[in-house]
Amino acid sequence: MAIEGVDIVKAAAFLGAGISMGLGAIGPGVGEGMVAAKACEAIGKNPREAGLLTRTMLVGQAVSESTGIYSLVIALLLLFVV
Amino acid sequence: MDVHTVVTLSAFTGAGVAMGLGAIGAAIGEGYTAGEANTAISRNPEISGDIFKNMLVGQAVAESASIFALVIAVLMLFLDVPTDNLLKGAALFGAGLCMGFGAVGSGVGSGFPGGQACLGISRQPAAASRLTTGMLIGSAVCQTPAIFSMVIALMLIFMDFSHLPLAPTWAAILGAGLSTGLAAIGSGYGGGLAAGASCEGISRQPESVGNVTTVMLVGQAVAQTPSIFGLLVSFILIFKSFPESYTLQASMALLSAGVCMGFGGIGPGIGNGMAAEGAVRWVARNVENAGELMRIMLVGQAVSQSTAIYAMVVSLVLIFVV
Repeated sequence: MAIEGVDIVKAAAFLGAGISMGLGAIGPGVGEGMVAAKACEAIGKNPREAGLLTRTMLVGQAVSESTGIYSLVIALLLLFVV
Repeated sequence: MDVHTVVTLSAFTGAGVAMGLGAIGAAIGEGYTAGEANTAISRNPEISGDIFKNMLVGQAVAESASIFALVIAVLMLFLDVPTDNLLKGAALFGAGLCMGFGAVGSGVGSGFPGGQACLGISRQPAAASRLTTGMLIGSAVCQTPAIFSMVIALMLIFMDFSHLPLAPTWAAILGAGLSTGLAAIGSGYGGGLAAGASCEGISRQPESVGNVTTVMLVGQAVAQTPSIFGLLVSFILIFKSFPESYTLQASMALLSAGVCMGFGGIGPGIGNGMAAEGAVRWVARNVENAGELMRIMLVGQAVSQSTAIYAMVVSLVLIFVV
């Protein structure tokens, strides 16, 4: 197996892309789940405010999503640009 | 070292990894069940017999994940597989990783319904049979990710890879094992959270059992999706034939695809389970708003799912594009 410099760099970029998106997906997944669980609790306690609570949940999840999107961006950069 | 030695070595290492990792989950889950059973008995010692029986049934179900791991480990130790191809070595080690990681989530997860059912019986002895039924349904669904892992492990053990090129197929096979195995951790744990909340809910409001079970099953089904994505990526990695290439990048792209989908499935699996736990808990306390709660649960789970979808996209790009 002939291994050259360019090959090693490409291989590391591919591995890095996978690790970046894989580990980066854990945090937002758990965090957004916590938000949804608390939103269910809040609606269970006060169903009349369901609309307001849904909106707050979605905004909170969108912020929590941002680190997942950073991971995706870094993974795509590693795959196609580097 | 000749090929025969390497393949035998990876079979033994794989067996050790499968049983070693596979023992983690069920032991924690059963410990949780037993701990909650003690709390339950201290609250209501008169019905200690019922609680004890329920604890043992719950623990028996939680044990199944590590029994799968034991089966795979024993198969790899004693099965007479052809040892003339290095790919078989990669496949056996991949099978061990897959089953070992895959049993962790289901083992821990199915401890939650067992523990909550014991507590529930102490709170509401009249609902004991309903609680045991709810516990069994919930923890049976929790086992699915471990079963997916067992399917992939058995395929890797018994399939014949001898006609395929060594590189990059070795990386595809290892990636297939990691993808399903790691992704199963989140789904098993998340499904357990939902099942635990349903047992707690049934004990507080025994008449809400229908609504609670429905929401639990819907929530668990969504929590299974990350492990189904993992299974999908594994199937692609196993069945797609890759052209022979001895560059490092061709192998690393396939290994990375498996690692990406595997780790990427953990978080959304746990998150979906948390969302389902919150919804199930509050459906039991507020049955009139079950529809509203189910809707918010599904919206929340869909958002939480997005990172698993990103991970799947990156995996598929690594397999098909680069």
